Amino acid sequence: MSESLVRVSFTVNGAPYDLELPPRRLLSDALRHDLRLTGTHVGCEHGVCGACTVLVDGAPVRSCLLFAVSLDGAAITTTEGLRAPDGGMGPVQRAFHECHALQCGFCTPGFVTTVAAYLRDHPSPTHEEAREAIAGNLCRCTGYVNIVAAVERAAELLAGSAGSAGTAPDGAAPGLPEDAAAPEPSGGASRRLPPDPSTVAAAPSVRPLADGAGAPPASAHPAGRDSS
Amino acid sequence: MKPPAFTYHRPRSLDEALDVLASLGEGGKVLAGGQSLVPLMSMRLSAPAALVDVNHVPGLAGVEVGADAVRVGALARHSAVEHDAAAYAALPLLRQALVHVAHPTIRNRGTTVGSLVHGDPAAELPAVLCLLDGSITLRSAQGTREVPAADFFLGPLETDLRPGELAIAATFRRPPAGSRSAFVEVARRHGDYAVCGVGALVADATVRVALVGMGPVPVVVDLSEAYDGQRLDEDRARDLVDAQVEPEGDIHATADYRRHLAHVLVARAVRQSGSDRRAA
Repeated sequence: MSESLVRVSFTVNGAPYDLELPPRRLLSDALRHDLRLTGTHVGCEHGVCGACTVLVDGAPVRSCLLFAVSLDGAAITTTEGLRAPDGGMGPVQRAFHECHALQCGFCTPGFVTTVAAYLRDHPSPTHEEAREAIAGNLCRCTGYVNIVAAVERAAELLAGSAGSAGTAPDGAAPGLPEDAAAPEPSGGASRRLPPDPSTVAAAPSVRPLADGAGAPPASAHPAGRDSS
Repeated sequence: MKPPAFTYHRPRSLDEALDVLASLGEGGKVLAGGQSLVPLMSMRLSAPAALVDVNHVPGLAGVEVGADAVRVGALARHSAVEHDAAAYAALPLLRQALVHVAHPTIRNRGTTVGSLVHGDPAAELPAVLCLLDGSITLRSAQGTREVPAADFFLGPLETDLRPGELAIAATFRRPPAGSRSAFVEVARRHGDYAVCGVGALVADATVRVALVGMGPVPVVVDLSEAYDGQRLDEDRARDLVDAQVEPEGDIHATADYRRHLAHVLVARAVRQSGSDRRAA
């Protein structure tokens, strides 16, 4: 089956991309498969779990509930874009690390983006507000206690670094899990996942894409209706 | 969990959008926030042949507060309506209901008008539009028509929207000054669809409630005869509610439990009306 491709331009973590994509390509898949930015994780793929949360023009949204072609002109930020300027962990990522706010880490990218946007708008949340801020993100490991602590710790770090644009002096901790130190904001390839020549991995460029990722599942899964 | 293929249109003006919708007819579906449509497509419960993406049409994102009504444009996100200070001052019920719509992340993208057009009987906004005697503005290449809320919602996920039409705005009428309101609901999980939800509007001697999840479309019940201006006679209110709701049992709740929730939430909504600030 050949699907006609649609051209779309947006930035991801400041890097411009000019792509041609099948219209049905979800933003989550465009980020992971086409741009090789695998920091964004895909959990439920119907808007419930929050793992795929990215920022579009600064606002947290579910990347699995967006068609990439709809984002022409948008500025997208993923967890890779929330690193410190020196390439180490950003304040929210550091707080998660310090507070042991992750175990398997699968949900963490969605928490990091959600929390970063929340603290930008609400710099000093109460404990209850910190809980509410993450209410749309599911974590099956931690029980949330340490994640709430990380929200509060991130608020402290952000308040402390307000004058220095979030650059943490000791931010680049060695042994950092892969996601917080994934590809360069310029769209370069990550260590673990070299760019596939059949997909677009560098900016700016225009190249047609194979549609291997768009194959339908064996069966539909009408499990939830949680996303009005 | 990947959506089926469709052809994509990205009109840059309202006229272009209406022309495309007219040419597509039955096969054309409008994409605004997509927070209901995209998961439906991913689950292969919906497979429109063509999507008309109105996100790049200028002039549709306004929230206008007038003397008689609050008019919400087709591209106003839930979060924009929720956080609009003038809209809240004029019509607190909007924010009171919107905070129950999924989570903030969904509200950042989903649109208020899109939720109305989707017509889910478990959604909050259709009940609010019905409670406030609002209307929907539908435009097509042929012209514009204004449909009252009471005529717009026809059944579960079924509205009076016709092929070729775009819902360009919803108008929520402001109740008399001094009115009070509240919106309460019970959901199985935070941010999930309501098992039962109730919006209440209390003005002087009148009480009206709109119930969510208690029938194929929102159910509005006038409880004024059970209200003495101070307190609600809960037994009489219960009978009035029972006479109009037709809850169905499903995997989440039995019909009896939904009915029980309706009784409890109606009393709670009326009690709570106005307790969180100001007029409706």
